[in-house]
Amino acid sequence: MTVPPDSGDAALRAVQVSKQFGSVRALDSVSISVGRGECVALIGESGSGKTTLLRCFNRLVSPDAGDVFIGANRAGDLDAITLRRRIGYVPQDGGLLPHWRVRRNVELVPWLREVSNARELAAQALTLVGLEPAVFGDRWPRELSGGQRQRVAVARALAARPDVVLLDEPFGALDAITRADLQVSFHALRRELGLTALLVTHDLHEALLLSDRIAVMRHGRVEQFGSSEELRQTPATEYVRELLRRAQVTFG
Amino acid sequence: MIPSAALAAILLAGAHGPPYQGSPERPIVVASKPFGESYLLAEMFAQLLEARGFSVERRPGLGATEIAFQALRTNAIDVYPEYTGTGLLAILGERPSADPRQVYRQVSTEFRRRYGARWLAPLGFQNTYAIAVRRETAEQYGLATLSDLARVSRSMRAGLTPDFIGRPDGLPGIERAYHIGFREVRALLPAVKYQALAAGEVDVIDGYSTDGFIARYDLVVLEDDLRFFPPYEAAALVSPGFVRDAPAGVAVLSELSGLLTEADMRRFNRRIEVDGIPIPRVAAGALLTLGLSNPGEALVQTAREPTGGVLGYLWNQRSTILELTVRHLVLVGISLTAAIACAVPLGLALERRRSSAEPVIRGVGLLQTLPSIALLAFMIPLLGIGVLPALVALFLYSLYPILRNTYTGVRDAAPEAVGAARALGMTPRQILRHVRLPLAAPVIMAGVRTAAVINVGTATLAAFIGAGGLGDFIAAGLALSDTRMILSGALPAAALALLVDALLAGCERLVRPGG
Repeated sequence: MTVPPDSGDAALRAVQVSKQFGSVRALDSVSISVGRGECVALIGESGSGKTTLLRCFNRLVSPDAGDVFIGANRAGDLDAITLRRRIGYVPQDGGLLPHWRVRRNVELVPWLREVSNARELAAQALTLVGLEPAVFGDRWPRELSGGQRQRVAVARALAARPDVVLLDEPFGALDAITRADLQVSFHALRRELGLTALLVTHDLHEALLLSDRIAVMRHGRVEQFGSSEELRQTPATEYVRELLRRAQVTFG
Repeated sequence: MIPSAALAAILLAGAHGPPYQGSPERPIVVASKPFGESYLLAEMFAQLLEARGFSVERRPGLGATEIAFQALRTNAIDVYPEYTGTGLLAILGERPSADPRQVYRQVSTEFRRRYGARWLAPLGFQNTYAIAVRRETAEQYGLATLSDLARVSRSMRAGLTPDFIGRPDGLPGIERAYHIGFREVRALLPAVKYQALAAGEVDVIDGYSTDGFIARYDLVVLEDDLRFFPPYEAAALVSPGFVRDAPAGVAVLSELSGLLTEADMRRFNRRIEVDGIPIPRVAAGALLTLGLSNPGEALVQTAREPTGGVLGYLWNQRSTILELTVRHLVLVGISLTAAIACAVPLGLALERRRSSAEPVIRGVGLLQTLPSIALLAFMIPLLGIGVLPALVALFLYSLYPILRNTYTGVRDAAPEAVGAARALGMTPRQILRHVRLPLAAPVIMAGVRTAAVINVGTATLAAFIGAGGLGDFIAAGLALSDTRMILSGALPAAALALLVDALLAGCERLVRPGG
């Protein structure tokens, strides 16, 4: 198993994190790190623990054992509310507030952080994700297509200009064409802004396309953590090999 | 039919003034139970007291024995007409003997000892259960006594008041004493049992010996040949406070003792129930006949005889209906507002302590299962009669739908949106205020609407504890079998329920989130 370079200046770091939900061991001594400006994908089946691990970084889940670091700080030492307002978050279903117009949804985090130019930041974020604020700002979420809703969700995550974004299967519910479209846009955007990202996905193609390194998770453990090249050349387990083989087959 | 502008007037005059403060100048509160003879006797008490210079407050039609007596015992009312047999059985819970004097002595002593309440000397007549059949049934089977009835009871269908079916001196008693066993027993309310008998739906009913309906439907009352039914002598039952504070008033009421015969009462009841003469006029005439007032003193406004069908009747009653409707709305408005003010915050608090939510909500739900009239009766020892206990009861009934909907609505509001709001750094308080509450608002409003409609309906029962409202018409109409009077209360109440629901539906549109 490839051990990641464990530098002290990683943006996000989990060290031997374990979490139990009732009788289910969701995380079993998991360690990963995400460098500044890097994108790491957590890939695995449902119940592999990838979402639980993601949620440790904005303290929606508190580990039973192990340490989670945000930059140099232990996550547990930071105020959870403040921490969450500093980290962008995009859920699978967008999670837009249905009773707020698009503009207000995007203004959410700047508003929570009580910055004076929330409106301006929201307009910039909408523009970044390719939605014209004047056209879309006053719409209700229900008036948008699925792809537009996910774009708004990304804009909302970026509006307060966080350094780090957590994405939980952000494009999983979209049709193939829209998904490909959003993947490309997001990839470009992340590069442009130099964002650190942790991405949960069950789609190996998405992981290969968007991330610098991939952590393959299964049964609450990390099977292998490395670049796509490392995974291809030296799969650590039979499971990783099988995962890659299937992806190749699909590629043709 | 029954003209009842005047009755409605006395019902209203049952003015809902402040509770008795104990001052010697206070008006004397005269009450009755909700049936014709009780209304009449109470009105006679009231007019006699007024003729002797006392000021009187009328509270006609109080709920049933339990409610009227609770009110008397706690000095919320001063006097109401009661029957010795009822006092002994229903209040003291003892077996009566067949001797009227013995029964009177027993209630007299026990009520004084236990409650400080006094039975004035009996008015002179008995009103006991009268088992009645249609004249052709009596002739066909040759029925004159209950023993005769026992012979043929296996082929008879009985329509009996729920009260009679349950009381030891009712159906269970005659089954034992006479070996009567009906083919079928149906529970019928007093308001419909005479019609049911006349229409041939049932063959036997329980009535009261002084009912005017017995003559109206030409029924045959079967003789209680084994003298099973205990004596029910009518008398004025007066409260401890009244005895203490106004002995002169008690003395005036005693003037009626021994003056009324059963024949008198049957005649008076007939004038009310069959001829439809307003109760105050019958009462005034009765006092005049008894030599207790002269025509000058017994000045009573003659009610205009209503004409036409239900609509004409409603039109004639319009000012009373309006007044009672406003009163009804006030009861509903205050109790519903209070329920919203309590149930919504409680529902929100429970959402944060979900483990205790279900037990608490179920506990409140249990209140809903109490029969309304029982809840009203429980209120009397605590809060007396009138508006306050009615408000409290209506408040309690309104809690559950609002609480349940608030909790469920807030708990289940758009989980993905709530999850995202939390992940992006909203505090629990912000989530509640900006996400859960607005998204749950339509569900909460639906609960408020349910509560409001229940409340409008239940508030009609407030009449039985003297709180007024449209139930006054319904209670009096049921007591006198007067359909038009019942409708004067029921139709506006139904309209009110629809109106309140429509208004709240408008509010619901206003609070619906997202345009």
